[in-house]
Amino acid sequence: MRSFADFSTEAGDADSDGGGGTLIFSGPMLVSGLGMIDRRLRDLQGPFKTIDLGQVESIDTVGAWIAWRTARDHDAKIVNCSPEVERLIEAVSKAEGGGDIRPIRAKFLERVPEATGLLVTGWLSGIKGVIAFLGAVVVAFGAVIRHPRRFRTKALIHQFELVGVSSLPIIGLMSFLIGIVVAQQGAVQLRQFGAEIYTINLTGRLSLRELGVLMTAIMVAGRSGSAFAAQIGTMKLTEEVDAMRTIGVSPIEALVIPRILAAVLMMPLLGFYSSVMAIIGGAAIAALTLGIPFFTFLGRIQEVVPIHDLWVCLVKAPVFGLIVAVSGCYQGMQVKGNSEEVGLRTTMAVVQAIFMVIVLDAFFAVFFTNIGWA
Amino acid sequence: MSEVPASDVGELPPEALDIDVAAFTGEFPIRVEGLRNAFGDQVIHDGLSLEVRKGEILGVVGGSGSGKSVLMRSIIGLQTPEAGQIEVLGRSITDAEVDDDIDIRARWGVLFQGGALFSTLTVAENVEVPLKEFYPELGSDLTHEIARYKVVLSGLPEDATAKYPAELSGGMKKRAGLARALALDPELLFLDEPTAGLDPIGAAAFDELIVELQSTLGLTVFLITHDLDTLYEICDRVAVIADKKVIAVGTIAELIATDHPWIQEYFNGPRGRAARDTRDRLDVKRHAGVKSGDSAASRGA
Repeated sequence: MRSFADFSTEAGDADSDGGGGTLIFSGPMLVSGLGMIDRRLRDLQGPFKTIDLGQVESIDTVGAWIAWRTARDHDAKIVNCSPEVERLIEAVSKAEGGGDIRPIRAKFLERVPEATGLLVTGWLSGIKGVIAFLGAVVVAFGAVIRHPRRFRTKALIHQFELVGVSSLPIIGLMSFLIGIVVAQQGAVQLRQFGAEIYTINLTGRLSLRELGVLMTAIMVAGRSGSAFAAQIGTMKLTEEVDAMRTIGVSPIEALVIPRILAAVLMMPLLGFYSSVMAIIGGAAIAALTLGIPFFTFLGRIQEVVPIHDLWVCLVKAPVFGLIVAVSGCYQGMQVKGNSEEVGLRTTMAVVQAIFMVIVLDAFFAVFFTNIGWA
Repeated sequence: MSEVPASDVGELPPEALDIDVAAFTGEFPIRVEGLRNAFGDQVIHDGLSLEVRKGEILGVVGGSGSGKSVLMRSIIGLQTPEAGQIEVLGRSITDAEVDDDIDIRARWGVLFQGGALFSTLTVAENVEVPLKEFYPELGSDLTHEIARYKVVLSGLPEDATAKYPAELSGGMKKRAGLARALALDPELLFLDEPTAGLDPIGAAAFDELIVELQSTLGLTVFLITHDLDTLYEICDRVAVIADKKVIAVGTIAELIATDHPWIQEYFNGPRGRAARDTRDRLDVKRHAGVKSGDSAASRGA
């Protein structure tokens, strides 16, 4: 149970001290015992000549501050306090600060144009930064090719595992389910034309050309692109990246190239695997609900899916991998300041990667159709 | 004699009245008995016991990796020990089932090694966090004033209040961390290497600040340090951690009188001797006469 400080006032003797009253504090003047006394003190009408601390049970710096501030505001004198309390009050009075609690915020009408301007210049410098980063990556690639011994095989294998092997279960399950959805929904529509058999074409071509690699890219962006940004960003914060530089290890060579290579090399494999799993999912649902035997479905795939659909998949996949990895590593390298920025940059890495992948996928769709791989 | 309207305590929410604020009156605010900590196979503490006296500055020394910080984390309830009893301000930390059982958090302040400031808040807002958490009834005007004077009291320039931790140097972060640790005028102060990484002038000023606060507020200070000057200047007693336990506690003179090899090497090594010589030359006992017992009066009843 807490007890609280209180105060009372005593009118002054007009003859002896010119009418100033006395403010008498009592109880524990501790941060825990002040309650709402401060608001009442601020509303208090003076004038007071003396502030009496004689009845105060205990006092800490907050209590001392209140006593001193009240004395200052009323131009009063503090009486009846022990030497320790005097020292406390003196220490507190010397520590008065006038700084702002938060940095001063500009007015709304100034803030909006400023933010807009910063956004635009941020884009411009961002584009410049990405180009510079790509340049640095290319230079580092060149250096690694010229000095193959500097290549970090171990790091690459480790990233292979993180990007590729460990994502097999989740990508497999996701693709299997997508295959089921596509085949089932496609069959419902095609049934109206009595063309249920074309479910096989739909599932096979859509999986290989579009869905497999696109869904894989999105999953890799969420799984590995974010991890790249967070790992490299944290290493920037803890000055690991700077330490590498001083030792003569290029962070681009040591951190970025293994990740980019891993993503570029793993994406075609994952994309193909994803397509296969989607087709298996389609075949499974076809066997269960459409009466097309499982192996008949798979056999038909070979007949109805042209081989260039596979090439479309395998050409797009490494490009998407490159986008995801570059976006993750670039955002990671941009981290500076505080831990909040790691989260911010990680989010940006994923959003940008997915956005770029989808934009580029649209270009690829038009491109491949125009060169006759329809 | 005119009476001011009755106290408005009634407006406080009932749970606010539950905060335990009665000052500790026992002899040992911190008692550790038979503490055992281990990470996997690696045993950090085994049968460690330590008692910290009220109103003293206890320095804790030990080699790197000897478990000084782990001991502090155990005492403040961040690390659950495998065995042993820990009592802080008369409350058992080790028997607390959930965090809420440790209801003395308003009565201690902790300064972590790197300051551990909340990076999205300004320095002043960092100081206000414990004030708003425990005593929201103080009102924002007073809370702002408290934050301002605590920041200056901790040795920061007054315009540091509106700065974010990322804009501060390492030493300023420590001072800001100290300001936050002192926000509630705690009875107990835990400091984890407060002077590490500070320049000698800054470190000396920090030492002086701690002594000043300790003597005016009657604080009990648990201070982990590697800084021999700090040990000689401000510590009333020093506890030495080695071989997984506290091998000795006492004044530096008492410790030097023991014949434990590690203690001998520590205090009679080149750095230990240099620190002692400096102290002998200066021969300033800065906190003479304002020792714990009587100074605690300003805070006690």
